[in-house]
Amino acid sequence: MASMEEDGSVEEKDNNNKKRTKSAIAVAWLTFYNIAMTAGWLVLAMAMMRFYLQKATHKGLYKSIARILKFFQTVALVEVGHCAIGIVRTSVIVTGVQVCSRIFMVWFITNSIKQIQNEESVILFLVVWTLTEITRYSFYTFNLLNHLPYFIKWARYNMFIIMYPLGVAGELLTIYAALPFVRKTGMLSMRLPNKYNISFDYYYFLIIVMLSYIPLFPQLFFHMLRQRRKVLLGEIIVEKDE
Amino acid sequence: VDMDTVVLEGATHKKAGPGSVPGVPAPPVKRPKAKKAKKAVVFFEVEILDAKTKDKLCFLDKVRPLHKYCVCVGGGTHPQWYAARQSIRLDPKGKSLKDEDVLQHLPVGTTATFYFRDLGAQISWVTVFLTEYGGPLLLYLMFYFRVPFIYAPKYDFTTSKHWVVHLACMCHSFHYLKRLLETLFVHRFSHGTMPLRNIFKNCTYYWGFAAWMAYYINHPLYTPPTIYGEQQVRIALIIFLFCQVGNFSIHIALRNLRPPGSKTRKIPYPTKNPFTWIFLLVSCPNYTYELGSWFGFTLMTQCLPVAFFTAVGFIQMTVWAKGKHRSYLKEFRDYPPLRSPILPFVL
Repeated sequence: MASMEEDGSVEEKDNNNKKRTKSAIAVAWLTFYNIAMTAGWLVLAMAMMRFYLQKATHKGLYKSIARILKFFQTVALVEVGHCAIGIVRTSVIVTGVQVCSRIFMVWFITNSIKQIQNEESVILFLVVWTLTEITRYSFYTFNLLNHLPYFIKWARYNMFIIMYPLGVAGELLTIYAALPFVRKTGMLSMRLPNKYNISFDYYYFLIIVMLSYIPLFPQLFFHMLRQRRKVLLGEIIVEKDE
Repeated sequence: VDMDTVVLEGATHKKAGPGSVPGVPAPPVKRPKAKKAKKAVVFFEVEILDAKTKDKLCFLDKVRPLHKYCVCVGGGTHPQWYAARQSIRLDPKGKSLKDEDVLQHLPVGTTATFYFRDLGAQISWVTVFLTEYGGPLLLYLMFYFRVPFIYAPKYDFTTSKHWVVHLACMCHSFHYLKRLLETLFVHRFSHGTMPLRNIFKNCTYYWGFAAWMAYYINHPLYTPPTIYGEQQVRIALIIFLFCQVGNFSIHIALRNLRPPGSKTRKIPYPTKNPFTWIFLLVSCPNYTYELGSWFGFTLMTQCLPVAFFTAVGFIQMTVWAKGKHRSYLKEFRDYPPLRSPILPFVL
């Protein structure tokens, strides 16, 4: 579910009653990090727009922005570290899954399977990711600076309603387009017999990944809907206990 | 466990006691044992609130201080809230009180407020253990005997030509049989039940990994250990058996710590059995030996899925061992300082 965002900041809001004072260094680093990431994804957005305006086609667009995308998406791994050391109050696992699914799409699908780089579905999820990340990182930045403009909060908790389904569509279509090429080349696969006594079929693995969207997407989507009701509409929702 | 139902005290006075909530029927009644009260007894008042909504669930007056209590909250409106499912605590976010806790010894005034939480559907530990261990035992054998629809049809009901495959089947089956028998005859459980959803989680883990391992070990294209061949398998078998005996010894030692029916906790110490001498260095040697067994099995089969299973088990057992070690340290002042949770001196 690479298009989904973490919602750590809402949990931060919930904890306003038990004030958690972060160290000044942590706040400074996080502010710098979020500003840098906002800038990075803005650069990506502009590069994409410039390419399209100049060339009037999406073919070759991925190739032109591949380096920036790989860099900024991979750097997002540090967010897992933020959760692990506690300066961001989100579960490590949620962030980990989120970032890993993005890394998976970038490195193991679009980067490795060159033949699908010009698919329209790639442009679809790239646009979604870019818009989502710019909103998310600027939300975090303004939050840290304690000056959150309402329209950013509004954007963060409303855009996902369109962005999530579109992003999921883009990712699924891309993986689906990649399947025949995976089958043909047998990439990343291992067959018996071998001395480790294990086998792995990347083709079937991708099919399982696609199927896993079915249970996961609704859960994440409805979770964001609940957060939206809490944050934007001020509803009090008694959470079901574990 | 013999418990007096305190609830009775509130109910026998009038049909609806002075503070009882209208609409909540009087809790069910059980006869208490007669208590000889020579002097004046201070009675407690107890009110029970829902931990989340803070609704008053029931109110009891004239509660005797020495009664242990098993409160059947909402006997009329919520008959599915059987005792094992109820968590009563002093603080809504705090720890649950135990069955043995006595009112007089709790840090409450004469008017006590408790919070009730529904733990959800429960299932007994014994049931869970039998199911989660029975699965791997049977599944592995199905792969070993190459039941149809697993491998190519020409291999149905054939057996492997490698002797290490037969050995592995014996070891794996022995391990789970031992676990089943220990569950039935050796272990003394502190808790009677766990949440129902645990059985799905646990069975997925054990059954899933067992099937994954068994598929490759019993595969017609299985490759026996190549690095050190027969030597490797022999050493692996010795490690495996050693750790099985060790693990069993620890289970027996832990069982003997606790008299039947009791839930007391004591520090385990080495006994005459040399396999228990590891208690000098480790808090949870049962996990240490378990890790050793699976390490041996990995070496024996040279199968990556087995290595993954061992690794995941190691991580989980380390988490449990650290928790247990921490609670030992908290509970016992004189806990031996030399001990590590699971790996001597290391972890």
